[in-house]
Amino acid sequence: MNNSLLVVVLASGIAYGTPLLYAALGELLAERSGVLNLGVEGMMLVGAVMGFWAVQRIHATTALALLGAIGVAALAGAVMAAIFAFLVVTMRANQIVSGLALTIFAGVAGLSSYLGNDLDLAKAPARHQFQEIFPKSWQDLSIVGPILFGQSALVYSSWACVILVALYLTRTRLGLNVRAVGESPAAADAMGINVGAYRYAHTLVGGAFAGIGGATFSLSITPQWVAGLTQGAGWIAIALVIFAFWRPTLCLVGAYFFGAFTALPFALQGHGVTVAPELFQSLPYVMTVLALVLVSSRAARLRFGAPAALGTPYVREER
Amino acid sequence: MRIERRLQQPRWLMVAVPILSIAVAFVFATVILLATHHPPLHTFRRLVDAAFLGNGALTETLVSATPLAFTGLAAAVAFRMNLFNIGGEGQLYAGAITGATVALLLAGAPSPLVIAAMMLAGAAGGALLAAIPGILRAFFSTSEIITSLMLNYVVALILDYLIFDSHSYLRDTSGFEANVFPQGKTLPDEATWSSWSLHGLVVPLGALVAVGLAVGLWGLYGRTRFGFEVKVIGDSPRAGRYAGMRTRRKILAVMCLSGAIAGLGGASQDGDFRHQLDPRGLTQANYGYAGIVVAALARYNPLAVVLIAFLLGGLQNAGFTLQGADFPNGLVGVLQGLILFCALGGELFVRYRVRFNRRQAPVAEPAA
Repeated sequence: MNNSLLVVVLASGIAYGTPLLYAALGELLAERSGVLNLGVEGMMLVGAVMGFWAVQRIHATTALALLGAIGVAALAGAVMAAIFAFLVVTMRANQIVSGLALTIFAGVAGLSSYLGNDLDLAKAPARHQFQEIFPKSWQDLSIVGPILFGQSALVYSSWACVILVALYLTRTRLGLNVRAVGESPAAADAMGINVGAYRYAHTLVGGAFAGIGGATFSLSITPQWVAGLTQGAGWIAIALVIFAFWRPTLCLVGAYFFGAFTALPFALQGHGVTVAPELFQSLPYVMTVLALVLVSSRAARLRFGAPAALGTPYVREER
Repeated sequence: MRIERRLQQPRWLMVAVPILSIAVAFVFATVILLATHHPPLHTFRRLVDAAFLGNGALTETLVSATPLAFTGLAAAVAFRMNLFNIGGEGQLYAGAITGATVALLLAGAPSPLVIAAMMLAGAAGGALLAAIPGILRAFFSTSEIITSLMLNYVVALILDYLIFDSHSYLRDTSGFEANVFPQGKTLPDEATWSSWSLHGLVVPLGALVAVGLAVGLWGLYGRTRFGFEVKVIGDSPRAGRYAGMRTRRKILAVMCLSGAIAGLGGASQDGDFRHQLDPRGLTQANYGYAGIVVAALARYNPLAVVLIAFLLGGLQNAGFTLQGADFPNGLVGVLQGLILFCALGGELFVRYRVRFNRRQAPVAEPAA
């Protein structure tokens, strides 16, 4: 039962979807404040390399070392996001070009490889890695065992993050303010909200989430350091935010959906069916384009569209 | 301190900002190199040697600069209209696929005919791919940023599929070795684009085409009604519509033009340099994304694109040449990113004036 195709795909879809979920939640927070950060891939890779570095250097129990590594990865992602926030908020630079600049700076041919090479990380696997936290007997339960109990702590904490972000955006004053900043910065400014500070804060938190998403690769999925190990997950995360109509709960569904597409070719191969993996790998991208077309009609945009001020710098004198 | 908008952007600043950006980027890179215990001066000297001064370095730099000029022009053409086509990467792949297909189909025909057909096919391939986000943007007002970006990955996967996971027409299936290590069919000799040697510097046909294209685009944007309308729509779509300009048609036209240029770059990859459809080489080079860096540094001016493509091509070439144990890996990307950061930040000083007025008269409190 537990080896059936559906169970295997769902279980590994959740595992593969988790880094996407973290990165997408972060990007969602930044976009809700009106900042479109296309540098997710770069931030993830720097988070992955620094998280891996930390786990090799921290001499402590497994739990503490991993916790420290996640902290370092989040910090590294936030530092990358800080460069971006400085450019787009303080220096009023074009968000699209700045985001691409961040990916070039930090990405496969940039800082992440520089650091990975310089800190000599490629030679050994991770000293500690995230493992299933529930007892074996629970994992052997039919169907729910592998799917719900066969996951690592990163998966369960990502569920907590989804709930927290959803509550934050809908039930707290800060969260409502963020949405005001993303929809109409001028109105938010008139209400006395510091637009720049909100955008800085959410871009930084977004970077921290992306860093954790990257570390999910180097500490749980791979678990070792290879240059460019995220393989474009950062771009899928950006797509995911649109696919989820800027809703945290839908991000969760979308992440596992996209994760399952990554897992499906391997699972099919295990069942003796060979399909070109490219077919499934390209589905997330194609579906994002379709979802984007669906949400771009005027009616849909009013119903669940993008934050109205997404991608535009706010300058008080130039409304 | 106050920041106020300039009414007119001074010419000298438009030149000074990119040059200063490069200088400041090298200062930041020095800090990074020092922090990681690499000798900065020695590293930079090797970089410049490998890019411009060494034996045959300029020829290699042209090899890297040619695709950057194409993708840079492609980005500049679209970005000038505030149309963010970041699909240059995928459009280049598409051009490479169609270019290589035509070259294989026409094997045996006279060489100039094959070359011309490859150029046309490459441009058509890129333009067709760019038309997808173009149509979606023009008729469904779907953001072209994400759609063009997503298509990059789709085309990259098609590229992989054609060579690694299928027995397509483009794949070499002749011998045992070709089946174990999949690669593209070698293109016929007629499909090799000509090149000229000047004192040891080999100038490929693609580089000349790119320069010609840059001059043409400069004329198109600076001297024709089409260019004028594109700029008006870019700066204010509403003003363009009120003046009776056909915005949708322009969006589609510019998107296709941009895609065609990138696709031409893909055909040049086949004909000038690789002589087969080479998925690994194309996807690892990231010409499309680097082209956006080129366009941004050139401030979307086609003539400046050629110059910047040459400089950044040198950097990229040095990155390939010096890849190895004793050279810091990833330094080239770091440098490119830093240069772009500085240029983007410096843009503030072109558009705005920073005023320090310390002796401002204290504002009188209104009498109660």
